[in-house]
Amino acid sequence: MDFELTESERAFRDEVRAFLDENLREGAAESPAFLAEWTKKVRAKRWVGFSWPREVGGGGGSIMEQVILKDEMAKRKAPPLGTCMMGLAWVGPSIIQYGTEAQKQKYIPDILDGKYQWCTGYSEPDSGSDLASLKCRAVREGDDYVVTGQKIWTSLAMWAKKMILLVRTARAGEGAESGSPSGGAATDGAKRGAASKHSGITCLLVDMETPGITVRPIRNMTGSAHFAEVFFDGVRIPVENRLGDEGQGWQVTISALASERSSIAEVHGLVRKIDEVKALARETVRGGRRMSEDPGIRRRIAQAEAKIEAMRLNGMRFLTKQLRGEPLGAETSINKLHRAALEIGLGELALEILGSAGTLTGSEAPAVDEGRWARFALGWPDVVIGGGTPNIQKNIIAERILGLPKD
Amino acid sequence: MNFGFTDDQRFLGEEVHKFLESSYPLRTVREVVDSPTFGGSDATLWNRIVSLGWPGLCLSEAHGGAGLDLETLIVVLEETGRTLLPSPLISTILAARAIERFGTSSQRQSWLPGLADGSRIGTFAMLEAGDSLSPAGVGTTGRVEGNAIVLSGEKRFVPDAVGAGLFVIPVRMVDERAGRSASAGNGDRGDSSLDEIALVFVDREAPGVSVSPLAGMDLTKPMGTVTLSDVRIPLDHLLGETRLGWSAVEWILDLGAALVTAEAVGSVEAALELTTRFAKDRIQFGHPIGHFQGVKHPLAEIYVDLESFRSLAYYAIWAIDHDAPDAKLAVSRAKAYASDAFAQAGILGVQLHGGVGYTWEYDIQLYLKRSKWFRPIFGDADYHYERAARLGGL
Ligand SMILES: Cc1cc2nc3c(=O)[nH]c(=O)nc-3n(C[C@H](O)[C@H](O)[C@H](O)COP(=O)(O)OP(=O)(O)OC[C@H]3O[C@@H](n4cnc5c(N)ncnc54)[C@H](O)[C@@H]3O)c2cc1C
Repeated sequence: MDFELTESERAFRDEVRAFLDENLREGAAESPAFLAEWTKKVRAKRWVGFSWPREVGGGGGSIMEQVILKDEMAKRKAPPLGTCMMGLAWVGPSIIQYGTEAQKQKYIPDILDGKYQWCTGYSEPDSGSDLASLKCRAVREGDDYVVTGQKIWTSLAMWAKKMILLVRTARAGEGAESGSPSGGAATDGAKRGAASKHSGITCLLVDMETPGITVRPIRNMTGSAHFAEVFFDGVRIPVENRLGDEGQGWQVTISALASERSSIAEVHGLVRKIDEVKALARETVRGGRRMSEDPGIRRRIAQAEAKIEAMRLNGMRFLTKQLRGEPLGAETSINKLHRAALEIGLGELALEILGSAGTLTGSEAPAVDEGRWARFALGWPDVVIGGGTPNIQKNIIAERILGLPKD
Repeated sequence: MNFGFTDDQRFLGEEVHKFLESSYPLRTVREVVDSPTFGGSDATLWNRIVSLGWPGLCLSEAHGGAGLDLETLIVVLEETGRTLLPSPLISTILAARAIERFGTSSQRQSWLPGLADGSRIGTFAMLEAGDSLSPAGVGTTGRVEGNAIVLSGEKRFVPDAVGAGLFVIPVRMVDERAGRSASAGNGDRGDSSLDEIALVFVDREAPGVSVSPLAGMDLTKPMGTVTLSDVRIPLDHLLGETRLGWSAVEWILDLGAALVTAEAVGSVEAALELTTRFAKDRIQFGHPIGHFQGVKHPLAEIYVDLESFRSLAYYAIWAIDHDAPDAKLAVSRAKAYASDAFAQAGILGVQLHGGVGYTWEYDIQLYLKRSKWFRPIFGDADYHYERAARLGGL
């Protein structure tokens, strides 16, 4: 085992640190002018899309350099590298891997520059965890696909200019809805059904201003609206906007989702959160005693910290595998499960430390910190449900790693 | 950056795996511990371990060891943990590393070669009647009388006590002139009482030493009581130049905790494999039971915990070996997490086997028992999470 950086890695880390020393100003992170300038500067360094090939405008950073960059940025609480969140996380990588030259030229620079937001149209009312059962239909008419159907839970849909959309292009008789072909043995038919479920899916890149698209925001339990229902009524999408081949949509999108896997930056966010919870425990006095002296609270804080440290170290083991050129598989579900448990757990811990005051959302005492812990304790579904639920992660581990039968 | 093993280490792990799989599968392990002559170590087994050089694997070459680092030991311990090998390997390594770290050069010369070549089995005897891993838990006294130290007290739950030839023991040095130990009954000790603690070597053969076995649920991890009745040891059996104080004891306990946690990685891995295999084979309601989420999800949870405490354990071993500033915290996190996780894996393992899981014949119960042994040794989850909270600034 060896946790040292090589000389060139150290040089890169020092370059990042020097950049942060020079450009990061305490308390300035919120100002739009500072953010605009920050974005321009990190873009000039090619640190936006740092893992992408240089030919498309990315930074061509090695795996270790990517880790160092994320790590240093997160440690210093720097603003994000680029503003087009989903574009950078999975739309861009999909386009780079499967897109035509024209698509790359059209979309990649805008993602890097953060010209506009993308949204992700995968989930449907009847297709959530079982995403491959999606029904939103695209029928080929000349040079267009005509799309009819509905998406739901589409984050940012009301502000996004583009959408990465999954549709079903298979004609009737080939789709999953047609069921298993008669005559075949039951298991055989189920297998063929499952295969065709994936093979009938196509990925389209959609302009949200195309006629026939209606976006209806959905208020979540915090009271605000970040996601929406999106309705498609005979929406004509040019065939040139298809990403990958017809029927290749599953592969196109899933591989990109899988590529976004470094959990190390996430750990810094969780460390920051647990540090705040510890401070809260020290400051909160109930029943004449600091909550940081309560044995139950102490144990749960220590437990959360051990779990966060385990995530960090798991991440380093995965990284070691990647550096050896071994592909990462389902083991990344380990940290997803930890993250889900911690997002819920830290919110609960904060509310339990605060007691009655933890339920208050106002800005005046006895509410604490303007009710931010109450808001935090309502925020977990984003992470816990959004990226594939814990049950689904457990299925993945049980089936792909332990080799247990599918259910 | 490499948070993994080298090719050489992986190769060693595979060799150890092959050896134990062929020579000491659980079937053989059962025979060893069921034999009426098994009192704490099996001579045949120990001789084979010694011939493979494991006791001296990570002792310096100058003292008869192979000079490898502690992380290399992990690949061995994972395998001994898989097959629940009933050997005093960890105890001996712990005693040896304590002497290597804290002993004078003449102490290292005189004691280490015998531990490295396995001619002597060593162990660390900490706990007493109070069952407390704290300075207050050390009640055994050492009194200087001329050229000797006179020891008296009783050490309990001593791992591998019956087979051991050398005990490394924390004692409280009593000042004759003050006429009493500053300790007696006073729970509120200042720093000076930490300095009263010293480490001594005690030879099994010294007059006044008696060892009796304790019957435990995990037959593969025998323990015993060591009674010291006015045992006279020469002054140079005081480990180090002077009284080492509590911090040395803490370091030894940490190393012990890290080593047993590395071994627990192998045990939980094997328990998970055993239960997973069973879940694939056992059919109920027309399906392998592993098809049901009530079975597959707990197995996935064990896997998540296993991989997580594996990471924590590897890092803890590395941190101790490199005197990293966060070594104590790393050990506490690893042992705390593992204590809970192993206990849970043991219970779920038996439960998911159904009725056969409760039988003497099925092996899963052996892992459940190992988890019970593992939980308190060198500190349970309560102890280590509380320590982690303190070290983390709470
Ligand atoms: C904040 C937020 C943002 C989101 N943003 C987007 C977005 O931008 N784009 C997008 O496409 N989607 C988005 N989603 C949707 C998200 O991907 C889905 O909610 C998720 O996949 C779960 O699907 P579902 O809501 O239909 O729940 P269901 O799949 O109906 O699940 C309901 C419950 O049943 C359980 N369950 C389902 N199947 C199984 C099974 N086989 N075994 C055991 N348990 C099972 C689940 O674990 C869950 O607890 C977002 C969701 C949230 C909460």
